[in-house]
Amino acid sequence: MTSIGTGYDLSVSTYSPDGRVFQVEYAQKAVDNSGTAIGLRVKDGVVLAVEKIKHSRLLVPNSNKRIMTADKNIGIATAGWMSDTRHLVKRARDEAHSYNSVYKSSIPAKIIAERMGMYVQAYTLYSAVRPFGVSTILASIDKDGPQLYMIEPSGQYVGYRGCAAGKGKQVAKTEIEKLNLEELTVREAVKEAARIIYAAHDDAKDKLFELELSWVCEESNRLHAHVPQSVLDEAIEYAERALDDDDDEMEEDDE
Amino acid sequence: MDPITFELPHTLKAPKAAPSLGPTSRTMQPMITGTSVVAFKYKDGIMMAADCLGSYGSLARFRNENRFMQVGATTLLGASGDMSDFQFMKHKLEDLLTSEYDMDDGQSLGTKSVYKYVSNIMYGRRNKFDPLWNAYVVGGIDNGEAFLGYANLFGTTYQSDCIATGFGAHLAIPILRRRVEGRADEISEEEAVRILDDCMRVLLYRDCRAFNKQRRAKVTAQGVEISEPYALETDWSIADRVVGYGA
Repeated sequence: MTSIGTGYDLSVSTYSPDGRVFQVEYAQKAVDNSGTAIGLRVKDGVVLAVEKIKHSRLLVPNSNKRIMTADKNIGIATAGWMSDTRHLVKRARDEAHSYNSVYKSSIPAKIIAERMGMYVQAYTLYSAVRPFGVSTILASIDKDGPQLYMIEPSGQYVGYRGCAAGKGKQVAKTEIEKLNLEELTVREAVKEAARIIYAAHDDAKDKLFELELSWVCEESNRLHAHVPQSVLDEAIEYAERALDDDDDEMEEDDE
Repeated sequence: MDPITFELPHTLKAPKAAPSLGPTSRTMQPMITGTSVVAFKYKDGIMMAADCLGSYGSLARFRNENRFMQVGATTLLGASGDMSDFQFMKHKLEDLLTSEYDMDDGQSLGTKSVYKYVSNIMYGRRNKFDPLWNAYVVGGIDNGEAFLGYANLFGTTYQSDCIATGFGAHLAIPILRRRVEGRADEISEEEAVRILDDCMRVLLYRDCRAFNKQRRAKVTAQGVEISEPYALETDWSIADRVVGYGA
């Protein structure tokens, strides 16, 4: 760590000689330390899933939600600092409200992703501020169907069929690439999302975690909502079984 | 010596108040208006009726208005008075509903909370001398109990088993006093519909801003239901015997 960035990482308003802004890259590192968050856009909706790492057994189950609602039909799952996340979610709510009060229709995913991207990007320009240590995954259904966007600490925003951020993003991405997202339904995607979060979870590093699952689909009346308990239980059971099967196969290979 | 300054056209501001302009004034009259809302409690919850007319003065200008709004799962709002002010109130309530939904705390807005919110807005606006030109009826089921409340442009509020706004306060309330008051929890849905239609028929005959196309709405334990527009059976055969109205 001693040699990297020497002198050029003190401010976001300074480039390094090879054209990098180190503070933004460090913000990305903050994201990479966080529990995994993924989004899947399938044919009839979008699913968000988060590996919520718990630092204590004393936490009340289902508290400190990491998936939040920005507008009735817009869900936000994040990887990174929760305090920054809450600020960005508030911003997203304000943007959605402002769009709605001007145009009297709910904000399209493309527009809110752009506005959030612009906002996050502004925090990479001035020496007096620090970039957000958050990758924001934004899910919604608008008039053009299911939408999924991810906004990086740099302010870059891209639309995805499936995306991942946080600790397990490499594992998650390879798993997502194996899925046939065009054909999957949300009901199936919920299970796959649970399986991917369980697969990306590293039991050696973080023992305690909780799976958070939400969706936007016809079944939720096109609203963003956490999945019902029965659906969550079913997904967790599926994920655990898939994990056990995987272990069995590995043992067979060893023999 | 002071430098010479002059105002650019876009910096010129019209004085907000000047003696020559007289006192500042806000909206002093409604434009498009809806007439009475009639509402009362019955066995299964609450029932309301309002016609579909948006009048422009005495002109029957808009004949397909919906003067009801469902607010959350168990609340119904009925509006009379200025229709644009009603639209404003609808947007306020939509915003409230959205922010409540976003909180994701498993709670939902109850009827009493909606009533308090509407009442506070009405009273707040009258204190600004810029009232919303409406009379509202808020009804619903709150914690298993039927609720019915009224709020108007003066910020006046009251709760009752029978509520009617506008002309209905004169023509429908006497009927409701006789047929509903004191026995609200005995009234079946069929009887409630009959009472409501009788009130609306009297209003249709005597209120010149009423219209024979109306909606009925109810809130029961099953939720909110707003009917499609329907017409009442009328009998005008006695009309030529009515005297004393300049005819």
